[in-house]
Amino acid sequence: MKLRASSIILLLVSAGLFALSANSFGFAMTLAAFFTLGIFSFLYTDNPYYKFCEAVFVGISAGYWFVSLYYQNLLAKLIDTLMDSPFGWNYIAYVFAGVLGVMMLLRLAPKIGWISRWALAVIVGATAGLWFITYLQSNAMHQLEDTIKPLQAYAADGSLSWYQTIGNITVAIGTVTGVIYFFFSKEHKGAFGTAARVGIWFLMITFGASFGYTVMSRMSLLIGRLDFLYGSWLRLIN
Amino acid sequence: MQMNQAPGKINFWDRLIAIDRRVIFLAVGLAVSLPLFLNISQKIYISPEARDLYDALEALPAGSKVLIPCDYDPPSAPELQPMAVAFMRYCLRRDFKMIIMGLWPQGPQQANLALETVAGTTPGTEFTYEGRTLRYGVDWVNLGFQEGREFVIARMGSSFAAAFPRDYSGTPVGELPLMRGVSNFNNVDFVFNLSAGYPGTIEWVQLAGDRFHAALGAANTAVQAPMVYPYYRAGQLSGILGGMKGAAEFEALVGATGKGTKAMLSQSFAHAITILFIIMGNIAFFVGGRRSRLATKG
Amino acid sequence: MKREVPLILTGVVGVVFIIQFFIPHEPFHSLADVFSDWFSIIESCAIWLGAFNLIKLSMDRLGRRILIPTVGVVSLALLYGIIAAPGFLQGQLPLILFLMAFLLLAAGQYSRSKMSDEWFLSFSTIVSFVLILIVGFGFSAGRRFLEPGTSFDYLYVNVYSPLSSTMFAMLAFFVASASYRAFRARNREATLLLLAAFFVMLGRVPLGDLMSSFMPEGARLSNFADWIMNFPNAAGQRAIMIGIALGIVSTSLRVILGIERSHLGGD
Repeated sequence: MKLRASSIILLLVSAGLFALSANSFGFAMTLAAFFTLGIFSFLYTDNPYYKFCEAVFVGISAGYWFVSLYYQNLLAKLIDTLMDSPFGWNYIAYVFAGVLGVMMLLRLAPKIGWISRWALAVIVGATAGLWFITYLQSNAMHQLEDTIKPLQAYAADGSLSWYQTIGNITVAIGTVTGVIYFFFSKEHKGAFGTAARVGIWFLMITFGASFGYTVMSRMSLLIGRLDFLYGSWLRLIN
Repeated sequence: MQMNQAPGKINFWDRLIAIDRRVIFLAVGLAVSLPLFLNISQKIYISPEARDLYDALEALPAGSKVLIPCDYDPPSAPELQPMAVAFMRYCLRRDFKMIIMGLWPQGPQQANLALETVAGTTPGTEFTYEGRTLRYGVDWVNLGFQEGREFVIARMGSSFAAAFPRDYSGTPVGELPLMRGVSNFNNVDFVFNLSAGYPGTIEWVQLAGDRFHAALGAANTAVQAPMVYPYYRAGQLSGILGGMKGAAEFEALVGATGKGTKAMLSQSFAHAITILFIIMGNIAFFVGGRRSRLATKG
Repeated sequence: MKREVPLILTGVVGVVFIIQFFIPHEPFHSLADVFSDWFSIIESCAIWLGAFNLIKLSMDRLGRRILIPTVGVVSLALLYGIIAAPGFLQGQLPLILFLMAFLLLAAGQYSRSKMSDEWFLSFSTIVSFVLILIVGFGFSAGRRFLEPGTSFDYLYVNVYSPLSSTMFAMLAFFVASASYRAFRARNREATLLLLAAFFVMLGRVPLGDLMSSFMPEGARLSNFADWIMNFPNAAGQRAIMIGIALGIVSTSLRVILGIERSHLGGD
């Protein structure tokens, strides 16, 4: 692949701008801005600058996790325990943990990769066991409990609070009809179908609210990046 | 992409729908950029869930130990970092002892950056804030990150020291004065979780809140916030700060204007332009469609 | 052995966590703690596995040509090394000229050695990975690698943070573009969704209160957005939550009892 003259000129101009920025705003800021603008360049079109930044991101992310996990998990828990702890049940448990960890890594070897299933089985079993209880308790029972509380709500002075009462009725109807909608073992006809339809309306309001919040979130991320570019890098704003 | 007319003819409405997306990108970029250069203050309305969270914190006495799980990374920092900064300012003002940790590896580092913003300098082992000297290990600790997701929370229910044998700089937690009196959630007065996804608020509610009965408040990205309202309604959460608006609300409540408040003008413009585009798209779709049906009939 | 032992492990570990909730005493309490620690260690190794796999895939794309050290390749490695060394930047202008010379040299070498784009990108991935490993393990004070001021922290703040943040910030543009093209009020349900989105978007910014300032306090857009979030939204989210919870309960039971075996893979 030969580089065109225009690409070489573009490269030189970019390097010159980088140099100018580094001299004025600092090398670290310029580096951060370099990568920021590289990713943003995708908005115009897919290009080598973006691809390079993306490749660096992939490598840096993998390395970041690698180093963090070593120092904070494997060294602090596993290696320290095996090196410093006295022999006992805790020590044996950590030996087994180490063995299972190595088994997981053996997935890289095609011929003995099957042994990673033993380590994976612990992960899957633990997750299944914990989620069985936590989701049932927090996401089902607690939520049902809050839905079937008395619908009338009273203010601190003892008078009926219409706002809360209407709200409680709304939540009760919305939750019941929403759950009815998700019951697909019975055909949605007649009264059951009407209830399911009401459920759909509540779900549409939920999705609309989620969409509104998602737009809010994404725009906030953009505001953060632009604040960095205009404020921290170019120092055009406070 | 659907065209709304008789074959062979492209009318204005179809051209409007088929507009190059880079024009939309430019419009969004300008709408979000320009307000950053304006210095207009706006009144921040405080939502009930933010006020409830603040009231729960106000009820804590001075010297309370607050666990701050920072479960977020740099992409979520524009929303959650202002909340972290405002909350840490509040903790220092109220003399709360901060126990920082994270279920995401970037969380403890983001917390350090927040503390740096509050302190005005790299905190190191001690710094001065409003005339008081604050010392690492006595007034705050950063336990770092542990992989294990909700199992870390479950382990903390038995023993914080077993879940986090060392802090973020490798010091054994037993050597930190603040952690000597903290064995599990019974010794912590409040948990203020900053969360961007999984693992996050939902796991803290399920384990720390429901299983170990810790008092819990949440600061979430706007993507996650709608999902945690049922927990707030059911009393499993003391309150919620949702998105950058939540950051602005908390800044207003604690009297510390920061990036959350300053970004509200841009946020307003961003929402307005999104709504405008949706309305334009619908007008173009329906008007263009009606015209093509009329053209076909005639 | 290949399937039986994992099935038994899944069942035993799962049952311990369930029983431990009801009987939080010995031996279930200690067993649950042990399994939690195992989980933490195995998960760490699983993520390491992912990192190793990424490097393995990138190395496969590089092929045999990695053994051919060209001047341009070495130039790029040196360039990365310079970027990674904070404090090395006394007298920036000569260094910056040095950088420009390297860029030109690397570009020329890249052109002459007929490397493909894919090769260059895989190489960039590997070099970035190796760089942060060298910095993290070699130049960042060991266990204190996270402290502000270390080289690792420098890479986090100036390379990792901007890259990851900007990746997600781009979504703002795509959400606006996608909404413009695809969000149509074709029927009652879609209109309801749209209206809810509008009220929430306007109500959650000061613009909404400005637009509805003629309304009495307590009846403005922000109050209406609050009502939507706290009541209809909470109801819908709750319905979804309950459905998911029941699904998780049944799936977890199937996994623990060995009825669901997809996690064991083929053969």
